[in-house]
Amino acid sequence: MDNITHIITYLGYLVATVMFIVGLKLQQRVPTARRGNHLSALGMLLAVILALLDLGTFNPLYIIIGVVIGSAIGAIAAYKAKMTDMPQMVALFNGLGGGASMLVALSLFHMEVLPKSQTMIAAIGADSAITTVLSIIIGAVTLTGSIVAFLKLQEWISGRPILIPGRHIINLVLAIAALVLGTWSLFADPSQVAIILWVFAAIALILGALLVIPIGGADMPVVISLLNSYSGLAAAMTGFVLKNNLLIVVGSLVGASGIILTRIMSKAMNRSLANVLFGGFGATDQTAGAGGEYSGVKSASIEESALILESASSVIFVPGYGLAVAQAQHAVKELAELLIKRGVSVKYAIHPVAGRMPGHMNVLLAESNVPYEQLYEMDAINHEFKATDVAVVIGANDVVNPAATHDRGSPIYGMPILNVHEARSVIIIKRSLGAGFAGIRNELFEYPNAVMMFADARKGLAGLTEELKQM
Amino acid sequence: MTGFELDPTVALLMGLTVFLLAVFLGLEVIAKVPPTLHTPLMSGSNAISGITIVGALVAAKLSTPDVANILGLIAVVLATINVVGGYLVTDRMMAMFKKKQAAAKGAKEASHG
Repeated sequence: MDNITHIITYLGYLVATVMFIVGLKLQQRVPTARRGNHLSALGMLLAVILALLDLGTFNPLYIIIGVVIGSAIGAIAAYKAKMTDMPQMVALFNGLGGGASMLVALSLFHMEVLPKSQTMIAAIGADSAITTVLSIIIGAVTLTGSIVAFLKLQEWISGRPILIPGRHIINLVLAIAALVLGTWSLFADPSQVAIILWVFAAIALILGALLVIPIGGADMPVVISLLNSYSGLAAAMTGFVLKNNLLIVVGSLVGASGIILTRIMSKAMNRSLANVLFGGFGATDQTAGAGGEYSGVKSASIEESALILESASSVIFVPGYGLAVAQAQHAVKELAELLIKRGVSVKYAIHPVAGRMPGHMNVLLAESNVPYEQLYEMDAINHEFKATDVAVVIGANDVVNPAATHDRGSPIYGMPILNVHEARSVIIIKRSLGAGFAGIRNELFEYPNAVMMFADARKGLAGLTEELKQM
Repeated sequence: MTGFELDPTVALLMGLTVFLLAVFLGLEVIAKVPPTLHTPLMSGSNAISGITIVGALVAAKLSTPDVANILGLIAVVLATINVVGGYLVTDRMMAMFKKKQAAAKGAKEASHG
């Protein structure tokens, strides 16, 4: 192969790398974000073209079949997905990326190592051998972990934590087995190495599923962020195997972004990552759903709630996942527009874990054309509740529970909350007094300035709009 | 893959250097993304992790029906779903923010007029 081709390809990869980085940078601001995504996609196209040029002699049949099938499935899935289903779509796509990294490593093993009848280290060198093994385990855990996350979010399996007795011991045994087999595969006799590596891959696949099964639906945002990071690392490992800097850089960029988002989510839920992964939070089913006994809860009809809103001059909406479940994004926007028309100042307060992944609520409200200037992050709006007439809580529970600020015995103690209880009046639109994800009672419901409006979020909001129109 | 025959140790050390620097670059770039954009960002960076498609192409290049190439074929399918689906779904989400911004501008102008 002539060197010039290689140099051109290498420089081309460098250009693609820069396109990915600049693309990500453009995603820091709403007005340029879409362009950033396009630039990143162009970088991907360039990378694929260069990779094809770099293949030397090849038979395009499988590549064409694969790309056609993959593009069709990917495009259909992307266009059919509802915005409420975004978390599980991201989880699924992400898992497939991890699975691809695993398969690439296994394939290259069959291509490069087996024909040589040598140990893996002798055949491809220690660095490629080790990264092959890492690529398999990280890719496999990403694949099955993401599939379980997808199934939970899609509610094809229960979103509640599923606790297998002795799961810590089972996981530990599997992890040790993986460690032993992974190390062994590096030095193993050529006649055995294929079996060892496949058993290793199978154990990694089981491990990925078992690690995510005990984690409850409420913690899925953290899990998705973490798996996102893993798929990046798997790609970076593939880069080490192939000695391709493009994969190393791009994979580690994704790895880093996943780590940051994982940290943001853990912080917003006031939990350490270890606690999310191993704690089985919300796993104690006896408290879940019960919600404890309430006394002195005031309930208000739609008409009474409308009267409260009628005299307000400032309103803050606090949407939670319940709003998305009830498909009430459009209903809340209509009510907000009516209030704005009447001269009321309207804002939305978004808790970092509102929805099922970081920033999910923003996307859902964006879908219903709520101007993003009206959306406020927790830290930006928390001091404003004091001077606000009415806070309307829609389908949110734990993130507005004042117990988190003062009750040291509460499981959510220390979790940052939206201070809705500081508003003059609080209207809580909720079907019942049932508990939220954390499975604990919410003392806000008993506050003197709070009223419960028992209704389905969408019907309740539409009702409020109707009532207000008549006033 | 790049065809330069570097000493394997040098190649590994260079790779590690690049890896670490890229992690720090990633942390810097991502930390500045506002929470509003976290879902599209995650979806977008997820699409980027489909870069493993470059490896999948290598794995599927010969199209002989042996284990290595069939694994490669499946890898190409999975990675392509990741890339195509990931970018399209991200674009759908970001288009909403765009649309909304235009709508807000329109509303503002209307209220002034």
